[in-house]
Amino acid sequence: MTRFADMPEGMAKHLSRLALPEIEGGAFVLGPPLSERRIAVVSSAGLGRRGDRPFGPGAVDYRVLPTDSDANDILMSHISVNYDRTGFQQDLNIVYPVERLQEMAARGEIGGVAAHHYSFMGASDPVPMRPFAEDVAAAMQAEGVDTALLAPV
Amino acid sequence: MCALAHYLERKGIATVVIALVHEHAEAIANPRTLSVPFELGRPLGVPDNPEFQLRVLRAALALLDRPAGPVLEEFPDPAPELADYDGWACPVSLSQPETGADGSHERHVADEVARLLPWWDLAKERRSRTTVGASGYDIEEAARIVCRYADGAEPDAPGPERKLSRSLKLACDDLMAFYTEAAAAQPGGAGSQDLSDWFWGETAAGNALLALRERAVGEDDKGMQLLGSLLVLPRSQAHRAEVWK
Repeated sequence: MTRFADMPEGMAKHLSRLALPEIEGGAFVLGPPLSERRIAVVSSAGLGRRGDRPFGPGAVDYRVLPTDSDANDILMSHISVNYDRTGFQQDLNIVYPVERLQEMAARGEIGGVAAHHYSFMGASDPVPMRPFAEDVAAAMQAEGVDTALLAPV
Repeated sequence: MCALAHYLERKGIATVVIALVHEHAEAIANPRTLSVPFELGRPLGVPDNPEFQLRVLRAALALLDRPAGPVLEEFPDPAPELADYDGWACPVSLSQPETGADGSHERHVADEVARLLPWWDLAKERRSRTTVGASGYDIEEAARIVCRYADGAEPDAPGPERKLSRSLKLACDDLMAFYTEAAAAQPGGAGSQDLSDWFWGETAAGNALLALRERAVGEDDKGMQLLGSLLVLPRSQAHRAEVWK
């Protein structure tokens, strides 16, 4: 399911009517070879640690996910009910592939995995997320992370 | 969401996005995007298949070697089907009572929760985790809060830091997660649509959430209206609602 034509009619109609933000693009950051990159995951699945404040409607902030968090401590509080959660229930890596990145790092395919990852809640307007995203970028740079893998749901 | 990539790039972080909605990816034109033909909610394609997930990940990260963008590429393969899949059945045979037959969702749902608990325990053990718990309630309490509201009772006072609409939303999500985790406890695999159809079509909890939804959309409070109209019943199950708005 990737194009509107392949989706159930109601969902396609809903998604095709969503007002997309106008974001100024243009930046394209180059970097070292993949085998030297240090990578963080930025999810929009509304992930947080057990006990964190759950996301609510309109939330534009983020939660920090230490890379060594126990899988049982990662919960999802995205407000939307219009995507599958049973895959996430079965295997955290389907939305938050930190274990896969660690395997790639162990094989030398990537340079390393960040000590911290981040999650926003993708149902909110992204424009007010900007200062929070910039804080995330600064936090990444402070720990030597040069690359982000973004995995929306 | 994908707009976040633009913000990060402008601050010096290289990004690659795995996108599930191709038309949105085209419109937002992030620096590097891998468009994948998977179900919403499954950006890496399929659970418990590390080899396939690695293929997706490698395809995405390979875009980082491109010298200029925006780059939008499509992952060529669909998610693998479940092996030897010949249908799925919940380990406990539940029968959905008539909606509000005796005016009490609470009793029916409490009974279901008790019968599903051993399977939820098993699922938790097998997966070494559960995704239930964002509400902060234990599952019996989450069921009770949802059902009391669905039954028309005066709502329980939520905690001082939380609105009723938030407490109910998180309790609903936990209840759904509890049911689908328990129902998928046995090996063999359950499809996401199977589980959704089962929850909404065959369980008292699904009935209770439909009743909760109908009550919430009629409230004056905007948060409750939002809960009822958008945040409980998936669009794929809209045919079960008396009114969809």
